[in-house]
Amino acid sequence: MSATDTGFEPTLIGFTCNWCSYRAADLAGTARIKYPPNVRLIRLMCSGRLDPVFVLKALADGADGVLITGCWPGDCHYLVQNRYALRRFVLLRRTLAALGIEPGRVKLVWASAAEGLRLATEIGTFIEEVRALGPLAWPTARRDRSMAAGPPEDEAGVGETEGAEPGGTAVSTPAVELVEAVP
Amino acid sequence: MTADEPAGTGAGPRIGVYVCHCGSNIAGAVDVEAVRDFAAAELAGRGVVVARDYKFMCSSLGQELIEQDVRELGLDRVVVAACSPHMHEKTFRGAVGRAGLNAYLCDLVSIREQVSWVHTDRAAATEKAKAILSGGVERIRHNVPLEPVVVPIDPATLVVGGGIAGITAALELANAGHKVYLVEKDPSIGGHMAQFDKTFPTLDCAACILTPRMVEVGSHPNVELLTWSEVVNVSGYVGDFQVTVLKKARYVDTELCTGCGICQEKCPKKVVDEVFEAGLGYRKGVYTPFPQAVPKYPVIDRYNCTYYEKGTCKACEKFCPTGAIRFDQQDELITFKVGNIVISTGFSLFDARRIEEYGYGRLPNVFSSLEFERLSNSAGPTGGRVVLRDGVTEPRSVAIVHCVGSRDRRYNAYCSAICCMQSLKFAHLVKEHTAATVYEFYIDMRTPAKGYDEFYQRLMDEGTIFVRGKVAAIHEAEAAEGAAGKLVVQVEDTLAGVQRRIPVDMVILSAGVEPRSDARDVARLFGISCSADGWLIEKHPKLDPIATMEEGVHIAGGVSGPKDIPASVAQGAAAAARVLSHIAAGQLELEPYKASVAATACSGCRLCNGLCPFSAISYLEDRAVSEINPALCQGCGVCVAACPAGAISASGFDTDQILAQIEGLLLEHVGPAGPTAGVLA
Repeated sequence: MSATDTGFEPTLIGFTCNWCSYRAADLAGTARIKYPPNVRLIRLMCSGRLDPVFVLKALADGADGVLITGCWPGDCHYLVQNRYALRRFVLLRRTLAALGIEPGRVKLVWASAAEGLRLATEIGTFIEEVRALGPLAWPTARRDRSMAAGPPEDEAGVGETEGAEPGGTAVSTPAVELVEAVP
Repeated sequence: MTADEPAGTGAGPRIGVYVCHCGSNIAGAVDVEAVRDFAAAELAGRGVVVARDYKFMCSSLGQELIEQDVRELGLDRVVVAACSPHMHEKTFRGAVGRAGLNAYLCDLVSIREQVSWVHTDRAAATEKAKAILSGGVERIRHNVPLEPVVVPIDPATLVVGGGIAGITAALELANAGHKVYLVEKDPSIGGHMAQFDKTFPTLDCAACILTPRMVEVGSHPNVELLTWSEVVNVSGYVGDFQVTVLKKARYVDTELCTGCGICQEKCPKKVVDEVFEAGLGYRKGVYTPFPQAVPKYPVIDRYNCTYYEKGTCKACEKFCPTGAIRFDQQDELITFKVGNIVISTGFSLFDARRIEEYGYGRLPNVFSSLEFERLSNSAGPTGGRVVLRDGVTEPRSVAIVHCVGSRDRRYNAYCSAICCMQSLKFAHLVKEHTAATVYEFYIDMRTPAKGYDEFYQRLMDEGTIFVRGKVAAIHEAEAAEGAAGKLVVQVEDTLAGVQRRIPVDMVILSAGVEPRSDARDVARLFGISCSADGWLIEKHPKLDPIATMEEGVHIAGGVSGPKDIPASVAQGAAAAARVLSHIAAGQLELEPYKASVAATACSGCRLCNGLCPFSAISYLEDRAVSEINPALCQGCGVCVAACPAGAISASGFDTDQILAQIEGLLLEHVGPAGPTAGVLA
């Protein structure tokens, strides 16, 4: 993976829909299109299934950004349900901004089942956008089980992988100063 | 049910983890053993009691491994880390089912399409595979047993598009004894093939082999032929689709019409036939597109009818011996139910006008491939005489240009598959009809099917001159060139390494094929997807080319990509075979992904009621709660996400499953109940 000045490798959660964007991810695989490994995908039946809580949960649990993907408007397998993903995305950005978190940590990308290349490219772009934003220090991150497990500074525990990224930077980075306007 | 007390046991879950090498497909980029060890060591506290790796999990030995563990170790959950669930989810769910475990207590997580095939850094890929597996393990702790939804299959089938693919599908189904609705938007079935004179490479007369099939399907007792009709709405799902067809007014009573053709004879209105005759011939205001049309009933083109224009004429009505003309006929909406659908709406030809330097539409003696098909057709506008645009002069030299609109990044990057053979056929027909010298300008000659290359050899023997090179431009010869009145083909002969300027009388542009302009509308209507080019997407490009992601909706012929006649026929028959297997089984099992309302938690706010495009949610006034009809629910889950009370759950994709998966995916941040060394941030 590409090393940067800070060595920060963002972790992203991506939500895909069963019919278009998950298939695009499959296609990217079949076509051996390369993209950085920072994103971890979750399959939903429809982008309209996306509960904003999922996004907040991902950010709270340590994701630095969340990618929401679905069929293009008009191509939704469930006719029009992806428009709710769009609405929730807009609302999420406003909510995040209000919480002092860069809205740019959440991104919406439409990708048809044929657009493996597009999805891979968008993932790559988003990784760089989040990398530029730096680690997200969500105030409640790393509680729950990790509290029981031991001191939080051990957890990022990245040392072994090549490049020896400094772990724990996420914890020490101050919360965001940059707040974008609502789109 | 909480994660730690799954399905009816007092103890924690007993999860088996199986990591597939997929030969070197996964193992080449992911340290499979490390992933296995991670599951065994780090996820033991999360219920993993066994973790194994195997060369090919999907092999019968791999599946038996799982079955054996389920039986002997008492596993109650299985996670397979391998390929996409779209590939092998059914395989592994079948395996655990055979071992007596509910199939939905097995999940497949993708470490091939999403990891090994897209990442090159082995260490990072391995860490990502661990995270994905961890997400799968956390998720499956919340899986509950589900039963597939069994739907009965209505034995009737809708076939959309009456070209050779659709005709074939309809005949196969009808001959098996099942009802078929064959919908065609033109006045007659037959499609592109009806316009051709000969077919490559056998030079069969297209009409001779096509029209018997048209007649057979048109008169088949099991086929309801709906021409001059379009599907306007489809709802429901496999086994039970409700279809609405717009039957456009023909202005002819088909009960009375005998197809005698007197109306066409007497009609005073002559119209250039842009569709069937490619603009080279005429038809009347009342017409059948060609003499062998099926059905035989004509259509009045109300936008080219003297009566509709001026309010007077009615020659057709006057002369019709059976009184079949109905100027007051209205469009009709017809609804019916079918269990399966076959889409065979075909393709379009590339419009050669788009390549300005080839001069089509500007230089009279530059012809499109479809124009040449009509010129060479004995039933065409010239009676089969190959002549220049003046209608009399026989060409003494003809240039045939390949790859017009194909293999050209400005237009379509793909190869249209049919044009080389089509061009060879043209060369043969020119030679058959005239004494002209024929040049073929090709980039690469592609003749990879039965009898195709032999046909190419034959054309070489016939004396056709082959020039390898993409034509740069076609223009009128200048007087100085000593070839006044001729067209000059400018080409780089890449075999000889020279520029050539070849004067000819006639140029035929061998147009490539394109998706129809309404392909996207068709895809939307039936809930399936298009490629970026506009071809409908098959379920699997190799192993399931006639199914789509929408169960019960099949595709056949040129609608999914360039195809010749044999391939289209094969697909029509294949789609019919798939439909027949559904009909023979009588029922089909569908994924049980449905939303349901917990009445005790529902506040009756009705917020969800308006969100469902399938009208599955109703409000029960007496109990003041909303309810979801599982037969109508398609499982998108929008209502689940929208319910402010959290009263709606989604089987298979429930909130606790997704939240747990998020935790699992972010294992190194959340931390399991133990150290997480080695997990990449």
